[in-house]
Amino acid sequence: MIIRIALPTHLRTLAKVDGNEVEIEVAVSPVTLEAAMDALEDKYPVLRGTIREHVTKKRRPFLRFFACEEDLSLLDPGTTLLPDAVLSGVEPLFVIGAIAGG
Amino acid sequence: MGTITARAPKEVSSVYARTMSTVRVLVGTKKGAFILTSDGKRQKWDVSGPHFAGWELYHLKGSPVDPNRIYASQSTGWHGQLIQRSSDGGKTWEAVGNKFAYDGVPGTHQWYDGTPHPWEFKRVWHLEPSLTDPDVVYAGVEDAGLFLSKDGGQNWDELSGLRGHGSGPQWHPGAGGLCLHTIILDPVDPKRIFIAISAAGAFRSDDAGATWKPINKGLHSKYIPDPNAEVGHCVHHVAMHQSRPQTLFMQKHWDIMRTDNAGDEWTKVSGNLPTDFGFVIDVHAHEPETIYVVPIKSDSEHFPLDGKLAVYRSRTGGNEWEPLTKGLPQSDCYVNVLRDAMAVDSMASCGVYFGTSGGQVYASADAGDSWTAIVRDLPPVLSVEVQTIGS
Repeated sequence: MIIRIALPTHLRTLAKVDGNEVEIEVAVSPVTLEAAMDALEDKYPVLRGTIREHVTKKRRPFLRFFACEEDLSLLDPGTTLLPDAVLSGVEPLFVIGAIAGG
Repeated sequence: MGTITARAPKEVSSVYARTMSTVRVLVGTKKGAFILTSDGKRQKWDVSGPHFAGWELYHLKGSPVDPNRIYASQSTGWHGQLIQRSSDGGKTWEAVGNKFAYDGVPGTHQWYDGTPHPWEFKRVWHLEPSLTDPDVVYAGVEDAGLFLSKDGGQNWDELSGLRGHGSGPQWHPGAGGLCLHTIILDPVDPKRIFIAISAAGAFRSDDAGATWKPINKGLHSKYIPDPNAEVGHCVHHVAMHQSRPQTLFMQKHWDIMRTDNAGDEWTKVSGNLPTDFGFVIDVHAHEPETIYVVPIKSDSEHFPLDGKLAVYRSRTGGNEWEPLTKGLPQSDCYVNVLRDAMAVDSMASCGVYFGTSGGQVYASADAGDSWTAIVRDLPPVLSVEVQTIGS
């Protein structure tokens, strides 16, 4: 299954991709948030440690996950299923960085 | 047939060296890295960058045995730590390993309020390439730990004897965090390593990092419960001349110190400095008793005295200091110079370089007698390192 993931600017630069999104094939089912992140890091190893901590796989504190206008950040990534609209490619999964002011 | 060699007159050799040498200045800033390049005359500088625009570059450093091999510490609060490696002198880069996992159960150090706080990796402050192998590099990290890579930065293992040597639970962070910011490899004894941690102090290993001892005897810090404690001193930076590995110079939070027995005992050499608070300290490339500091007003006012930026030089290994101000701003200057933001080149006339929180990098091609801003208006400068190539 191919899903779209929208990444912050710095991560797109690191992954050397054009545009706002990447397309990722997720081979496992059901497609959880954790499975999507695993697949993203498999395709772009340079992103390991930049979204989730290496060892614990915890989300980095200044990043959040959104899909279909829902905040998935505080849910258990191992059991949180991605919405159908993300699985069908209609909507992307968003990785969003906290906005810094000042 | 035999080989006939001819030695050019000294002045011709010197001109040739200045023309054919390259000096490369590696500048880490809060919003990217910049690389400044000049020939040995050090009059005109090409600036490339920003590399890794928008990221904090705490430190970049080149391999002494392969100057095209450069390591860079890249981080942000959003995306954590990356290590970048170049094999062509900084023209292109590749991200290498960024997994810094403490060995075993990390335990706790002290938090600012004295309570136990779990060891947590935050960033790499300093990268120190091996003196003999371009694929071997050390990393000093926050929370304080020392890591080693033997494969060009792909994989990192902690030298946990340091953090676990016994005093670790007593270490506490300075205002900038519990950072291991200084790594010095002994050029004579390959098993000897010096490191410094803010605010734990200086440590030495004589067995390639397996075991460590604190080397803080003689340091006096009146702001800690026991001013003469074995650990707990806020060491800002330490420097060594390659020809005298027994002699180290230290800029402590307050106080300039020196040791002539590899840290077993330190002596204060602040002498006639107008203030001995500061962050940087470095040694002339060819004169092991000539040292440089940038005095900062105080620990609560991180800028030069009276708004006048001055490097102070001692040609006597401390105690007797002279201000060097020619070319530096002498009014309304309120920048800081951070601990890794001074370096020297090894040209015949030693060059000295430092970067400021105002984004200037100042250089002197005459050992500090006069200064020029070789670039200005960069983001705040975090680190400056210099490579002298082909001299």
